[in-house]
Amino acid sequence: MPKLTVDGIEVEVPPGSTVLQACEAAGKEIPRFCYHQRLSIAGNCRMCLVEVKPGPPKPQASCALPAADNQEVFTDSPMTVKARKGVMEMLLINHPLDCPICDQGGECDLQDQALHYGADTSRYAEVKRAVQDKYMGPLIKTIMTRCIHCTRCVRFVDEVAGVPTIGALGRSGDMEITSLEQAVASELSGNVIDLCPVGALTSKPYAFNARPWELTKTESVDVHDAMGSAIRVDSRSGEVLRVLPRLNEDVNEEWLGDKSRFAMDGLKRQRLDRPYVRKEGKLQAASWPEALQTVAAKLKATDAAKIGAIVGDMADCESVFALKGVLDGLGVTSMDCRQDGAAIDPSCRAGYILNTGLAGVEDADALLLIGTNPRVEAPVWNARIRKSWLENGLKVGVIGENADLTYPATYLGAGPQTLNEVANGSHDFAKVLEGAERPLIVVGQGALSRVDGAAVLAAARVIAEKYAGGRDGFGMLHTAAARVGALDLGFVPGEDGRDTAGILDGAASGEMEVVFLLGADEIDPAKLTNAFVVYQGHHGDRGAHAADVILPAAAYTEKDATYVNTEGRAQRAYRAIFPPGEAREDWAIVRALSGALGAPLPFDTLEALRTAMGEAVPYLDAVGALAEAEWGDFGTAGDMADTPFASPVRNYYHTNAIARASETMARCIEELLPPATEATGTDG
Amino acid sequence: MSHFRIADDADQPKTFAFTPDYQARVDREIAKYPEGKQQSAVMALLDLSQRQHGWVTRAAVAHIADMLGMAEIRVWEVVSFYTMYRTTPGGRINVHVCTTTPCWLRGSDAVTAACKSKLGIGFGESTEDGQFALHEVECLGACVNAPILQVDDDYYEDVDGPATEAILDALLRGETPTPGPQVERQTSAPVGGATTLQSVGGDD
Ligand code: SF4
Ligand code: FES
Ligand code: FES
Repeated sequence: MPKLTVDGIEVEVPPGSTVLQACEAAGKEIPRFCYHQRLSIAGNCRMCLVEVKPGPPKPQASCALPAADNQEVFTDSPMTVKARKGVMEMLLINHPLDCPICDQGGECDLQDQALHYGADTSRYAEVKRAVQDKYMGPLIKTIMTRCIHCTRCVRFVDEVAGVPTIGALGRSGDMEITSLEQAVASELSGNVIDLCPVGALTSKPYAFNARPWELTKTESVDVHDAMGSAIRVDSRSGEVLRVLPRLNEDVNEEWLGDKSRFAMDGLKRQRLDRPYVRKEGKLQAASWPEALQTVAAKLKATDAAKIGAIVGDMADCESVFALKGVLDGLGVTSMDCRQDGAAIDPSCRAGYILNTGLAGVEDADALLLIGTNPRVEAPVWNARIRKSWLENGLKVGVIGENADLTYPATYLGAGPQTLNEVANGSHDFAKVLEGAERPLIVVGQGALSRVDGAAVLAAARVIAEKYAGGRDGFGMLHTAAARVGALDLGFVPGEDGRDTAGILDGAASGEMEVVFLLGADEIDPAKLTNAFVVYQGHHGDRGAHAADVILPAAAYTEKDATYVNTEGRAQRAYRAIFPPGEAREDWAIVRALSGALGAPLPFDTLEALRTAMGEAVPYLDAVGALAEAEWGDFGTAGDMADTPFASPVRNYYHTNAIARASETMARCIEELLPPATEATGTDG
Repeated sequence: MSHFRIADDADQPKTFAFTPDYQARVDREIAKYPEGKQQSAVMALLDLSQRQHGWVTRAAVAHIADMLGMAEIRVWEVVSFYTMYRTTPGGRINVHVCTTTPCWLRGSDAVTAACKSKLGIGFGESTEDGQFALHEVECLGACVNAPILQVDDDYYEDVDGPATEAILDALLRGETPTPGPQVERQTSAPVGGATTLQSVGGDD
């Protein structure tokens, strides 16, 4: 542990630390452009210069200098300050200084640091260079004259995203950052916008929309996949203008997927902003009392066995809990939260969460992915798998689709046969698992959303027990933000109840008369034409088109709500703006419906609901924490078909109603996906 | 200063493959590096592709990237850094003038002017008959004999305006002037003969 002094303050830092990190440990802020704690060290901007003794009599780049015993570092000496001023002057020589028309204004590292180290006038009278702007895809806007060549963007796509498409071409004063006019084909591309310390890379959809100081910032969680990434929702005058990642080391570090970041323009389009009731074959605007009375009357007049309910992928725990209360009161047992028909066993929690946590993959030394393509199902987690491969040599095996995951993975096979071979030890990868100290088995929805799903799950459990010590080496990767919470709340078929397929088939055959969809859009609406359909949700998507009554609700940015991510971590989303028009928060709608039914639920505030919910399922109250789940028996051993596993996400940019309403996502599909993928209508 | 430019699509051949002779040299280059470090051969391969085709094409970059397991952008970074690689069709004879500081201090402006007037073209251009192309390049690593005029693989050293004209005249006549210093000097030894170690051996 090197011990050194920084401006006279003694600090001790872990071996391998840099002088910059030592300065931070001493509470001294070091200006920087190229250094980023999650990227390799480039040492090319020279902004972090400090004076160090012993050493050559010139300032040193602290980000690239190893901390050593007995060093004396001066972060504020005349030499340091003079050097930094020189670097700043040099950087500004070719910088256009166009802050008034730059979207980075107000949150620009160059602007901030120029405040401290910049001169008030320029000594430079020569010609400034101008650089042609580059095309980097539908999300990244470039104004390359502003680039200071820190190469953060180059290192990010190369190291973290694993899609080396940006580079620095040319040399010295002629150097330019470019992706050779190709769109940056990564689900994480938007992160370079955050990384770029100047206004060279900015958000295309957000261009010229707002200044950072005009925005109301709401800390929340993302629901576009099941990771529950920490986000900040920036809004102004009742409109969400952008979504940025927040730091959460356990979940998303500081990255965010492009869908989670850019699909938010879908929040403004195709919204359900008032109740509708079908009259004379047509959906017609109605008042809340009328809509609720219509639903209540229908529910009361129908035999409970003929009522079913399906919960969608973005439903929050509160509304699921409330809806289950109403259904239980009516004696309804046909309910399901697995729209895709995944054969998840709700009886054992350890069987449906990622027990190691998302960060756990960094400790693993072997990973078996079964029926999942994390690159499109949870891109930020995929980057973490990649990190584990880069740093610890994680060995990855894949059963399912042979997709490009951005790191080398051994392709074992397509489906159940390979799974059997691994289970009985005859496959080569079984030896890898056997030799590994901390193997991890991860099952995706693609392995479960099939008739033999329960048998596949059982086989995966056998593998986890045989090679990975059961719980501590088993995890499930979900794609729906609502799934784990709804499973925790028991939103699954009760006694004699039907599951999703049963409800839909029953509706088609006439055995089910009423179907309640809580934001369920990833189902086949054609099967619902005969039934009386109630759709509660926020977008006029598939579910709403099949509806007889529409109850307009709030999207995730418009309500205080609890979501449980794929690790089983309960997290809270907070309201950034109000829902449009007459739309209301989901739990309140269900509560109002219970009133219309004459059997009001025993809570009339969110707090009271949460208290009741916490009593029913205690870990939903432990916000932010990971609860250990009990290992048990899950899945049903049986015959498996020979069909290959396929990831449920066919098109990353179109997995839910918000994304489907987003113009930005449509542009991504157009510019980033090969035409073949675009043509298939099956998303998510 | 030299500027990097990739030739227009219209000029780019669709495919690239090494001829058997070149492929043999490629294999030799790759074999020089230990297993897993084949990427180190990138510069040699780019040079070979340029020798075979006359300049480095997009297709050649893609082919080499694929061969060495590199991202194409990484290969382009190498290509764009070194002025040794030409990324546009040049001439049959390629004339390079070094204009980096040492050569410039020693009179590369006169060399440049002589080239431009003799050949009637500017930097980055080629003569109408396609015989000559003129390129501005960065330090050729021979500053001790600055300024340098490079014609294909030959260095003409210690040149000035008249010397440049003489060399170009010879080239225009189809001759190959003798490369090396164009003044009284043995390689990079002092001009006008040795100033030290004048006698070999001795009694005292
Ligand atoms: S574009 Fe931005 S991140 Fe990339 S090198 Fe330039 S300044 Fe750095
Ligand atoms: S931060 Fe140290 S050189 Fe850029
Ligand atoms: S500067 Fe011309 S050879 Fe070095």
